[in-house]
Amino acid sequence: MFPRRLSVFILRQTLAAYFGGLGFYMTDALDQIFVTTKQFLVAFLAGLFPPAWQPLATLLISAVVMVAAIIGVFATLFAITTVLERKGLGRMQNRHGPNRVGIPFTQIRLAGFGQPAADGIKALIKEDVVPVAADKVVHFLAPVVMVVPVILAYAVLPVGRNMVALDLDAGVLFFFAVGGAVELAVFMAGWSSRNKYALLGAMRAIAQMISYEIPLILAAVPVIMIARSLSTTGIIAAQAGQAGFLPAWFVFTPWGFAGFVLFMIAATAESNRSPFDLPEGESELVAGYFTEYSGFKFALFFLAEYLGLFVISGLAITLFLGGWHAPFPWLAWLPSWFWFFVKLLGLIFVFIWLRGTLPRLRLDQLMNFAWKFLLPLTLINLLTVAVWHYLSASGWRWAVCVLMVIVPYVALGRGLWGHRRVRKRVYRYAE
Amino acid sequence: MLGKGIIKGLAETARNFFGSFVSERRLTTVPYPDARQPLAENTRQFPFLVYDGDDWEQGLRCVACQICEKECPPQCIYIVKSKDKKPDYKGQMQFYPAVFDIDLAVCMSCQICVEVCPFESIKMDTEFELSTADRFGGLLFHKKQLAKPNAHYHRIHPTDAAASDAVLAAEKAKQEAKARAAAEAKAKAAAPAPVAPPPSAS
Repeated sequence: MFPRRLSVFILRQTLAAYFGGLGFYMTDALDQIFVTTKQFLVAFLAGLFPPAWQPLATLLISAVVMVAAIIGVFATLFAITTVLERKGLGRMQNRHGPNRVGIPFTQIRLAGFGQPAADGIKALIKEDVVPVAADKVVHFLAPVVMVVPVILAYAVLPVGRNMVALDLDAGVLFFFAVGGAVELAVFMAGWSSRNKYALLGAMRAIAQMISYEIPLILAAVPVIMIARSLSTTGIIAAQAGQAGFLPAWFVFTPWGFAGFVLFMIAATAESNRSPFDLPEGESELVAGYFTEYSGFKFALFFLAEYLGLFVISGLAITLFLGGWHAPFPWLAWLPSWFWFFVKLLGLIFVFIWLRGTLPRLRLDQLMNFAWKFLLPLTLINLLTVAVWHYLSASGWRWAVCVLMVIVPYVALGRGLWGHRRVRKRVYRYAE
Repeated sequence: MLGKGIIKGLAETARNFFGSFVSERRLTTVPYPDARQPLAENTRQFPFLVYDGDDWEQGLRCVACQICEKECPPQCIYIVKSKDKKPDYKGQMQFYPAVFDIDLAVCMSCQICVEVCPFESIKMDTEFELSTADRFGGLLFHKKQLAKPNAHYHRIHPTDAAASDAVLAAEKAKQEAKARAAAEAKAKAAAPAPVAPPPSAS
């Protein structure tokens, strides 16, 4: 029964894709292929239950299918990204990067993309060391608590047309709410390890993540104001169509551009990536809050970090880069999920690029940057978006808003760094 | 303006990123086991024992004087002197090492053994692919593993090997001249012994 129905389904989909007429039906089928597959799977699996149980079964199976898909897709993306990141960083330093691990016992190298499998096996079979003085329960729970909110945040992330696990009315709010739980896990890890480096790393991480969460959320608020919706699908719907020759994405407005840049800076800090990777600054803190973790628990921290990076990039795409919308109407024949992942890989490349370029900040620089620079700019951006909303669409509106973005930027930049003269350092005792 | 340095830095890394795909010359590293960079002539890893001729046991220059063993800072050399003697390159009868071990796990490649050796017999090798599954026995090199022909020395360090050969040749010439002088003196002493006694005797 199962193979026949499945084969009929696959045949129908294939036929629809190939013979369903040039253009609309085919692209539509391809666009919605995951949605239809999921509906088919859920209907089929729920059909195995007695009729009285079917509503509940449908609900549960639907959730399980979506969670499995999210974890599968983004964990695979994580595996690929670890290699791509090392390769990209290598290229920025004029090296090849990892290019050897392929299929064992053969000469097939796969250009180094066997590396994540080797890393994963290594992490699984490594000894799991728990310090004697550690708080065992909290130490065990911390990596789990770290991964759960990150995966929860994927629930409201639309990865394509009709492809959102949980279309909440307050999706963005939900996202930031569960994102806030990551701090708890970081502090659990740092505190329970009973290690000075872990504790210092955790304290830095808490200070940094709380400080940068404010500009992160405030940079997202203008989008919510303009889209008049907290729902991620609503925000994407507000960015449909074209504005002149450009797509109607919020990043192509003065306040949207400023908001996007501020959001990306805050997101870099929020996901503890270079140049804001102080919590795990290996030159001073061994590995920061996960110093005392090894084996698969360490791998979980690693996974959570990258999944957090993807999900916050996904939110940046949703808020500013038009979500799954194609940039131009003549490119709309490509499926929506394709556009989402192209944009996601683009943003991941930006993060790798930044990591390959910038040195780590000092803690006081980090804090000054968040509170004296990002926060005022995000607040001014709120005003800019209000002005944008109440002025009628014209070149005039553009000029005013561009000025409202650039003038505070330059003024704040000068105010913070301009007056500081670089003098020859005088050593009082160390001569 | 604020952020100009970041833009500049990003441009620089982007240039490197794309440049490394376009121009192979940018890549400073080579994919090691498949491709190798030539070693510098002064490369040194671990010591080896030089032998002359074809027979590694007969041709070994080492005379088991044990200076290197005493000078070695991490004491990685272990020598047992032989009971009997064998002729060296000059034809003199010398002791030889019955056992000559170097623990490469301990050796720090300082080259002091090479500096102190009066017989040009211990030199630095360039071999670096010495990984082994046995970390105790596998890195303890015995006399047979350490003995390498003079031709090998000429191949890895041509300049040093030529200098070393010159030293040995000079030693040998001196030895031969001394032997000749001794023989002449002996002959002189033998022939006109009654007429004039040798000056050394007086």
